[in-house]
Amino acid sequence: MDWMTVFQNSFTQMIGVSAIIYCLAALGLNIQFGYAGLLNFGQAGFAAIGAYAIAVTVATLGLPLLLALALAIVGAVIFALILGIPTLRLRADYLAIVTIAAAEIIRQVARSVSLNDYLGGSDGITGKYAADWYALNPFPAGIDTALIRFSKNDLWVVLNGWVVVAIVVLLTWLLMRSPWGRVLKSIREDEDAVRSLGKNVYLYKMQALTLGGVIGAFAGVIFAVAAQSVQPDNYSTTLTFFAYAVLILGGAARVFGPVVGAMIFWFLLVFVGQALNNAVKAGYISTDILRTDQVGQVQFMLVGVGLMALMIFRPQGIFGDKKELALDER
Amino acid sequence: MSDSTPSSRVQAATVKAVLESVNPTPGAPKPDPIFVGDDITRSFGGLVAVNVEHVEVQRGSITALIGPNGAGKTTFFNVITGFDPPNTGVWSFQGSSLAGTPAYKVAREGMVRTFQLTKVLNKLTVLENMRLGAQGQTGEGLFKALIPGLWRKQEQEITERALGMLDQFNLIHLKDEFAGALSGGQRKLLEMARAMMSNPTMLMLDEPMAGVNPALTQSLLEHIKELRESGITIFFVEHDMDMVRDISDWVIVMAQGSIIAEGPPNVVMRNTAVIDAYLGAHHDVALTESGESLTQPSVPLTQSEES
Ligand SMILES: Nc1ncnc2c1ncn2[C@@H]1O[C@H](COP(=O)(O)OP(=O)(O)O)[C@@H](O)[C@H]1O
Ligand SMILES: [Mg+2]
Repeated sequence: MDWMTVFQNSFTQMIGVSAIIYCLAALGLNIQFGYAGLLNFGQAGFAAIGAYAIAVTVATLGLPLLLALALAIVGAVIFALILGIPTLRLRADYLAIVTIAAAEIIRQVARSVSLNDYLGGSDGITGKYAADWYALNPFPAGIDTALIRFSKNDLWVVLNGWVVVAIVVLLTWLLMRSPWGRVLKSIREDEDAVRSLGKNVYLYKMQALTLGGVIGAFAGVIFAVAAQSVQPDNYSTTLTFFAYAVLILGGAARVFGPVVGAMIFWFLLVFVGQALNNAVKAGYISTDILRTDQVGQVQFMLVGVGLMALMIFRPQGIFGDKKELALDER
Repeated sequence: MSDSTPSSRVQAATVKAVLESVNPTPGAPKPDPIFVGDDITRSFGGLVAVNVEHVEVQRGSITALIGPNGAGKTTFFNVITGFDPPNTGVWSFQGSSLAGTPAYKVAREGMVRTFQLTKVLNKLTVLENMRLGAQGQTGEGLFKALIPGLWRKQEQEITERALGMLDQFNLIHLKDEFAGALSGGQRKLLEMARAMMSNPTMLMLDEPMAGVNPALTQSLLEHIKELRESGITIFFVEHDMDMVRDISDWVIVMAQGSIIAEGPPNVVMRNTAVIDAYLGAHHDVALTESGESLTQPSVPLTQSEES
């Protein structure tokens, strides 16, 4: 059994492109759900907007990447306004319902046959993504060490991706220690108390939804650039729920929660999958019990059980404060 | 404490004297009303919770709103502070109409309320709760929040003020505790102190004494009187008749949604309509010793709704 490869793959994915994408999606949710208490179940929709902004602008129309980034941001802001204007005055669960539906609408529109010529239907758009930007890659080659292995392109994506993560973490940290963050955390606790003190709760919720959505769009941008393609079905509700898993694993309302959550989530997911695969191949697990083509499902089952165990034994997540959580029960 | 206009600096004695001359009838006009409401109704299904034809609150006074449980006092507070939409009604504060104004703007206008079921922010510390109360904070803007240099000095000033206020309310030793860890009475105090952070012109308290440790009530009463001295109008709902008699300049009595009596405390508490309203709602509670005065109840009129 090749433990070296198992570990190498696991560590690579721990800091790889997927971890970055889910980390960003969860960083957005952290502002919305973690700090402001907004149940956005449509983060996949925001990511899809970011991804398709890149795909259509750069790959299809051949326009510059910076313009595409601007469009990704504008698109996410508009989407947030469309979701927020009718729902943010209502009870919290309305936002949840509307966002989950809206994200599915985006995916269905993206894969619709009638827009095939523009958005590529269910195949999505594959093409030259950000060639200029890849040309800036200073790395002469990929790396292949005992712990990690990246291709030349992946190395460039991963480096830039973590820089984006670092900027978002810094932004979150700055905001959450400011009076703005104080208002947001207070809204999560009790909106009416905040209103009674003269704060425009609706405006703050809209800002949180928008900011978290723009961060989610960046997850899509990185996804598209790294994969050099977009496929609509990558932006299904699974993306949103994984991002929530990452957030809760790391600890909601903690600046570094999504970062640690994403790294642990991807390490575990890959490690469990690869270890099972190897064990089956090496004959440690009989194919009567588990075949390699079933590993994928079992992998998610085991990670799910692990998450459940975490919620039972450490409900506040890795970084959370148990004392703070206990206040809910009063 | 507040940016009081000259006319709001009415001394306690003067307020009492001025209100002496007011005819003690429901909806009585006041010489210098800070709040005027007309035809305010709110019903829930078939139940008319509030039906107030006319009401005025004298500027600079401590005005109590009393009435049996379910009389509609809290609903009335909710309506005039923008937390609950009325079926009908207009009302104005310091001359400007507030009907249809969202709750946060009502608070900015200077009408700041607390809640019967205390709303402290459990996962924020006591000090952070207090800081939230301050108005006009530069750092509460999304973009300015990113540059601490723009708001750090103001935050410092707010903190100073918050610490001073916590000291007055006997909460200073708890400043770094989570608000959720406080006792019911301490939360009431915190909520009131936090409301004071926003420099209200009229402070509206919904059952401020419910659950407060009796050892603290006296100092809290003194504190409320001091607020009035500094020009703040106090409009409060209370069940504790001792407190009402002790500090209020004027008492408004609600029953079944309507104002049934008004007047100085000693007058109102002798009013038979008031006694009937209470007895009607609480047949089993002996309100008075002789049947003609409500001023010395041996039992609190109702229990607090909070545990
Ligand atoms: N949200 C609501 N829905 C239905 N009925 C309500 C609601 N709020 C208050 N009520 C009813 O309105 C009446 C007045 O209640 P409330 O204003 O809380 O009285 P008070 O504060 O004087 O005790 C009560 O009969 C109460 O049951
Ligand atoms: Mg009430």
